[in-house]
Amino acid sequence: MATNLRRFKGFGSIFINHTNHLRGLSSSSAVLGSVDAQLQAPGSGTGKSINLYTAINQALQIALDSDPRSYIFGEDVGFGGVFRCTTGLAEQFGKHRVFNTPLCEQGIVGFGIGLAAMVSSYKFCTTVSCNQIPWSILSYTCCCCLSYFCNRGIELLLKFNLQITFFLLLIRHIVNEAAKFRYRSGNEFNCGGLTIRAPYGAVGHGGHYHSQSPEAFFCHVPGIKVVIPRSPKQAKGLLLSSIREPNPVVFFEPKVITFLCSKEVPEGDYTLPLSEAEVIREGSDITLVGWGAQLSIMEQACDGISCELIDLKTLIPWDKETVEASVRKTGRLLISHEAPVTGGFGAEISASIVERCFLRLEAPVARVCGLDTPFPLVFEPFYMPTKNKVRILLPFWCIIILDAIKDTVNY
Amino acid sequence: MAIWLAGRRGASYCVKALISTTFRSSRSYTTAFASNGNSDSLFFCGNSSSAAVFGSQRFESTKARQQLDLLSSDDDEEQNQGVDFPGGRVAFTSEMSFLPESSEKRVQCYRVLDDNGYPLSSTQFKHMYRGMVTLQTMDTTLYEAQRQGRLSFYVTSYGEEAINLASAAALGFDDLILPQYREAGVLLWRGFTLQEFVNQCLGNKNDYGKGRQMPIHYGSNKHNYFTVSSPIATQLPQAVGVAYSLKMDKKDACVVTYFGDGTVMEVPVVFICRNNGWAISTPITEQFRSDGIVVKGQAYGIRSIRVDGNDALAIYNAVGVAREMAIKEQRPILIEALTYRVGHHSTSDDSTKYRPVDEIEHWKTARNPVSIFRKWVQRKGWWSDEEESEFRANVRKQVMDAIQVGEKIEKPPLADMFSDVYEEVPSNLMEQERLVRDTVKRHPQDYPTNIPL
Repeated sequence: MATNLRRFKGFGSIFINHTNHLRGLSSSSAVLGSVDAQLQAPGSGTGKSINLYTAINQALQIALDSDPRSYIFGEDVGFGGVFRCTTGLAEQFGKHRVFNTPLCEQGIVGFGIGLAAMVSSYKFCTTVSCNQIPWSILSYTCCCCLSYFCNRGIELLLKFNLQITFFLLLIRHIVNEAAKFRYRSGNEFNCGGLTIRAPYGAVGHGGHYHSQSPEAFFCHVPGIKVVIPRSPKQAKGLLLSSIREPNPVVFFEPKVITFLCSKEVPEGDYTLPLSEAEVIREGSDITLVGWGAQLSIMEQACDGISCELIDLKTLIPWDKETVEASVRKTGRLLISHEAPVTGGFGAEISASIVERCFLRLEAPVARVCGLDTPFPLVFEPFYMPTKNKVRILLPFWCIIILDAIKDTVNY
Repeated sequence: MAIWLAGRRGASYCVKALISTTFRSSRSYTTAFASNGNSDSLFFCGNSSSAAVFGSQRFESTKARQQLDLLSSDDDEEQNQGVDFPGGRVAFTSEMSFLPESSEKRVQCYRVLDDNGYPLSSTQFKHMYRGMVTLQTMDTTLYEAQRQGRLSFYVTSYGEEAINLASAAALGFDDLILPQYREAGVLLWRGFTLQEFVNQCLGNKNDYGKGRQMPIHYGSNKHNYFTVSSPIATQLPQAVGVAYSLKMDKKDACVVTYFGDGTVMEVPVVFICRNNGWAISTPITEQFRSDGIVVKGQAYGIRSIRVDGNDALAIYNAVGVAREMAIKEQRPILIEALTYRVGHHSTSDDSTKYRPVDEIEHWKTARNPVSIFRKWVQRKGWWSDEEESEFRANVRKQVMDAIQVGEKIEKPPLADMFSDVYEEVPSNLMEQERLVRDTVKRHPQDYPTNIPL
């Protein structure tokens, strides 16, 4: 509590400024709780041009509305979160379904697992206590969306030096508990309704902690799924799928596209399938695989070469078949991610494709990734390409990618 | 446990004397609980949370008492100045005084056994006693089986039988249990059969966990008992989440979670700490400086009580009342049960390497919760020596039979290795299963033959 107060008191003015700033960015997104949105066919409609967090907000609103046993909780989510992604939800659905938690990441995830275990395995209560729960409750989508990290977003952007040791604090509960809940009990219990949202990735000034890309850690944990959207439209559809998915999902939202990217998003309820990669752009010379914000960098690097660009979307379990089919066509593969190259998920893709397509490959699989250093603040442009990427057509990183593509194509 | 350690270092220490001393000075508790309309002295002794008691008892060596007096006087406006702070007004003082690291007087321990007059049925107590003996016998037999190489691992509950059975008896069947791993007695009380225990320990195909976890990692949906997970204390925040679900569904049940000596939300959850003195080889004196676990409850704003963990009746009463408060008032309750881990931490441990044998012996004999309870049940005329020997022999035979039956049951099929990672088996696991089956077919000599393919 004291920490909270200190934070708010000390940084109040900055906080308000940035809140306004955020509101300005998402001014076109006043569609929360719109009844009309529900009437549209799934995924149809032109939709409005909105940013990623408004899309997330819509998805959460739909999830809460369509499932009375869904909850959102985390730090600061009650008032809307500093990224505004839960704006209006507490008012609309009540503080018992959208609520703040203490600043205790372990507690939040542990609580989420316990709650999801009850929401998910409802037979648990009905069969044993033989009482009031109507069986129809079983038909409800199990959903417990844990919106933990978003509140910290504003601090991230303002470079407030808060302890965002996200993985270290949460990893115990995700790795040891959420991921194994079903397996260790022989399916007596599960916490499949749990969805953990967390912004990730470089944002230009995040330094060691706030710019990290931890996706590979979680990909090494059987039992959870890892999902990363590349755009607001993808974010909404994939988040709704993740929430309705009967397995725990870690949902990473690329911070850098939070504000810079405003795109058309269908109104109403729609889902996009997990574990299905998407060919964003067809080509014949080389296959490029990426996810999240890195895709837009890669897309810019495609100029002048016939590249097949694939968005993996779900990192684990990932869609090997789509990537394999593409590599069989192009004979070349380049993978790019922000996270450090060694032990990154690119290594897994590379190994799998070499296993499957060795004789078809015309060049070694290339990886263009972050470096094996902690995220370096002032060296970020060297480490990776986020700065001024909107204004500069081909930022530093793209050139590297371009070179790598040329190298690989000309091999 | 620190009680014992203190005693061990002093010369002639007697638990009974200490507990009866503290027991007598129980007048403070009434103040603490009167406001909740729950001041039955049978159930509560020595849990003091009122400001007055707190101040007068604990701050004599500092200026705090004076400070409190001054604050209560309306004359001194200067001293009455304060700041409105979330949670209530906080007074200012110009006197600098630090809160002491702990109070000189330790929190008292609730104990009732040896007293008379419990209006409960003899059948229930006999059942409870039988459960304690069964747990003890099961532990002995399975421990021996582990030593013979028939099980890979085992953990006993020696010395903590009272906490296991008495707390289970005080709960309703709908109450959800999130155990640590030394609470098999709770599952036993709920009707988990000896065969079911043995099946889990042997990891055969009838094990609900499908042979995937080490022995003693029991779990049963139908018994409202969440599956044990090896990491400790991860179940605590989960219990809060489970309790929140009960609250939202307006269920007449609570969550009970157990943990060793090692979030504040208004939900019906009872935290039961089995403070058994030892975290493997770390004694609680090296674990924390505070007066055990019970004082931590107050810091979190959780109503708490310390109970003699070797007194089955005290546990039964305390857990019963805690459950009632938890459900009726939708609040968390913390129970610290002082006990002793008589057995080694597990079959992978030899505790005589780090603690004196006479200490173990003292708790094994003089403070044995099963013997203490047996004496009481026999004094009541509900149990006899003949029943005792017959029952023990009978249970022993049942466990032996269960082991023999369990050993004949085949192991879970290979397919169970790949199921339940996700709700449905994803393509990467299908691929890996094909690969494994292929390898087994080519090199069958490399694989155990007791796993059905």
